[in-house]
Amino acid sequence: MTEPIIYELSAPGRCAAHLPELDVPASELPPASLLRDDLDLPEVSEVDLVRHYVHLSRMNYGVDVGFYPLGSCTMKYNPKVNEDAARLTGFAHTHPYQPEETVQGNLQLMYELQEFLKALTGFDAVSLQPAAGAHGELTGVLMIRAYHQARGQGQRNQMLIPDSAHGTNPASTVMAGYEMVELKSDARGNVDLDDLRAHLNDRVAGMMLTNPNTLGLFDENLLTITHLVHEAGGLMYGDGANFNALMGVAKPAELGFDVMHLNLHKTFSTPHGGGGPGSGPVVATAALADFLPGPIVVAEPCLFDLATGQRLERAVEDYDEDEEEGACRRGLWYRLQMPRRSIGRVKAFYGHFGVMVRAYTYIRMLGAEGLKQSTLDAVLNANYLMSILKEIYPLPYDRTCMHEFVLEGVVKDAPGVRALDISKRLIDYGIHPPTNYFPLIVTEALMIEPTETESKATLDAFVEAMTRIAQEARENPQLLHDAPVNAPVGRLDEVRAARNLVLRWKRE
Amino acid sequence: MTYVPHNAAERRQMLDRIGVQSVEDLFSVVPERYRFPEVILPKPLSELEIMAELREMSESNMDTQHAACFLGAGAYNHYIPSVVDHILSRSEFYTAYTPYQPEVSQGTLQSIFEYQSMICALTKMDVCNASHYDGATAMAEAVIMAHSVARGKRRKVVIAPTVHPEYRQTVRTYTQGMGLTVTGDETLENDLEALVNLVDEDTACLIVQNPDFLGRVHDLSGVADAVHAKKALLVIACDPISLGLYKAPGDWDADIALGEGQPLGSPLSFGGPYLGFFACKEEYVRRMAGRLVGQTVDTQGRRGFVLTLATREQHIRRERATSNICTNQGLNALAAAVYLAALGRCGLARVAQLCYHKAHYAAQAISVLDAYDVDLATPFFKEFIVRCPKPVAEINRGLLDYEIIGGYDLGQVYPELEQHMLLCVTEMNSAAQIADLVEALEEVAHD
Repeated sequence: MTEPIIYELSAPGRCAAHLPELDVPASELPPASLLRDDLDLPEVSEVDLVRHYVHLSRMNYGVDVGFYPLGSCTMKYNPKVNEDAARLTGFAHTHPYQPEETVQGNLQLMYELQEFLKALTGFDAVSLQPAAGAHGELTGVLMIRAYHQARGQGQRNQMLIPDSAHGTNPASTVMAGYEMVELKSDARGNVDLDDLRAHLNDRVAGMMLTNPNTLGLFDENLLTITHLVHEAGGLMYGDGANFNALMGVAKPAELGFDVMHLNLHKTFSTPHGGGGPGSGPVVATAALADFLPGPIVVAEPCLFDLATGQRLERAVEDYDEDEEEGACRRGLWYRLQMPRRSIGRVKAFYGHFGVMVRAYTYIRMLGAEGLKQSTLDAVLNANYLMSILKEIYPLPYDRTCMHEFVLEGVVKDAPGVRALDISKRLIDYGIHPPTNYFPLIVTEALMIEPTETESKATLDAFVEAMTRIAQEARENPQLLHDAPVNAPVGRLDEVRAARNLVLRWKRE
Repeated sequence: MTYVPHNAAERRQMLDRIGVQSVEDLFSVVPERYRFPEVILPKPLSELEIMAELREMSESNMDTQHAACFLGAGAYNHYIPSVVDHILSRSEFYTAYTPYQPEVSQGTLQSIFEYQSMICALTKMDVCNASHYDGATAMAEAVIMAHSVARGKRRKVVIAPTVHPEYRQTVRTYTQGMGLTVTGDETLENDLEALVNLVDEDTACLIVQNPDFLGRVHDLSGVADAVHAKKALLVIACDPISLGLYKAPGDWDADIALGEGQPLGSPLSFGGPYLGFFACKEEYVRRMAGRLVGQTVDTQGRRGFVLTLATREQHIRRERATSNICTNQGLNALAAAVYLAALGRCGLARVAQLCYHKAHYAAQAISVLDAYDVDLATPFFKEFIVRCPKPVAEINRGLLDYEIIGGYDLGQVYPELEQHMLLCVTEMNSAAQIADLVEALEEVAHD
């Protein structure tokens, strides 16, 4: 199944947009020296456009199509009401520079979301500005850098990062101008404490730790780690990609983290959009709060006229209950404020507001108990799958996992079969493959995160597929090497794509 | 209220299979004194209740569909054809993630390939990536890339004072650990000629915005030659809608073209999510950040698409990657692609011309008012500077009474432009709205 490129559907003179006539007198156009000559965009009719994209959508696999156990990405179901909420006119059609009195609803939503994230994580402050997880990491490392510099500890320029970390951790560290020092993992999948101790000194700015880590394991020595790092003068950065394992289970601030990002597009059910947009709010302790990027939303008590709903330009302290009874009510006024010693803004405007609306809706619908239940079931689902699948595929770190686990994608008596083959064969069974070849410390890694929104029946169907694939691997491995055969295309030649770069459509 | 499907019997079966009594037993590794803390959040709501509350909250805002919006300054109120949101609402697109498994992601991959193709055509550049978070972060990544092209040896970045102020701030935030000097934007007196003169052997790049933040359009002839003579790169930021009318960054021989892609089919949404488009000359493709989609074939020789040159990226190259970017703005890039395809060659030119003529008409009409001054001599596109008789915040407060969202207060950023407002007029503003604006401006001047 292939679909023509949009340019191949083009014919001169077509247009799928219906624009108004000019209703004011035309002005003289600029001189030709400023004007462009051609504009090589496709020309298609509306029906052809719609069919083109519907065809493309049918060549795509999303959570709404089927099981998507992509480890580390928390591909949980994205509630439909979130989409309706983000599209409400008053949210979707407000300009970021409107006067604050015209966007109190937006600012209130952001303020309350800030409070919710603080309540869930135990931190004192938050900035909603970072656009995604990696963006939050860069933010956090820059905050740690600013903190040390403000204390005359500018020589601290090393960030300790376990070998199981996401690739974004070292990349963010280097972007912030720091050196990264890799730490080994021990045989139980924890940070190797001896290796940590050996690398602690007065050049260490901090440590980036994903907990539970990318093996899906909660570090058994976590409190020792945070203690050691703090004792050496470093700060703990938490990679919150796996916060879906911790809602209502533990508050990272209480566990000893100083600054951390959250992924609203993972934990808080906002859709992944085929690669984004995400949202990566950063939460921090009071000691780091002043360094947060901004602006952030603050609230202050104020008086409103009951009749008009307008804010009164008077301090609440002046408010005399007897004198003004019936005329005023107390409420909150929301405004944007830059933290005092901010590292600066990390993007234009205030963050991914549309994503915040979705996450806010989710949190308000679930409440504290519902969020905790989501975490409990995410961990239940992962352990259930692991308890069965470890009998079929090697499980390198065999202990209770949190929301995900990592298998070796190899089959006994089928030496030619790799994790990639198993993944591609899963496609033929109508299932999205797990994350492959990550974390790097597991050979032929298959990283499986079922999430809490999947039923036992779905999990059992996945077990059934994985069982049959192991059998096929022994009996007819070619089936796996040839897979997928039930997808819109077969295996694609990635080497050719990189060697013979074709990055845009060109007219023959 | 949750989205979890298990009933009690299923939970029991699963716990038995695992071999634990209760689900809480799975958390014994969490230090006991911190395990299961109290979390205080508002009580759960049903769909009906939360939507009622959100509706009320959203309706307490003034929005651009009920008020006339003349505010731009980097986020623009443009028409979004109905097809755009219908296509974005296909959940095969919006509930997928990064297309690491190309066989089941051809929809995402081909649509990004088409996006890349259309952005290249629009900017007249060779290659384009799959998006950055927004225009500001795209600019910060351009600086990092220019620094990398110079192999880290050039430590100066010259940036025009008329680049969006928040982009300039973002560039400074990103580069604070890199030991770079960002200069050129200290005063509005630094015009193109002055900026070009600041480019020297230690300069990685010159960054200009065209149309600039003040809405003005510049003839950039000779700028690239002067910058290239110093072996520096020329980075041009632009409004993609302006490219329906004006010369493209490629026409000016830019090395990197970038900008805020929001005008291409993403709603204002109080500042995000938007997308940064980023395109460059082919010779620099391996130093580019972000995802790239390339064409290839499958085992049967059929055309297909994959993520390519992944060895630039963090998940492969870790600390040696060109950037840390992972999640990007995929769905906004899809919106931009659908928008560009829907408008096409004629439609985008038409939108640009509607903006141009309406903005010039409005500027002319305001210039007639005694209390206001408009510079009609400097070429501009859809935004222009209006000198006001009193502080812009006061004017804007007055305009709200007429259900008009006024312009951007330039005095916040440029001390020399105190009491100057940046007004934006697009195809969304009817002749009647423009007439109302002119009348309201006259009224509020005398209040």
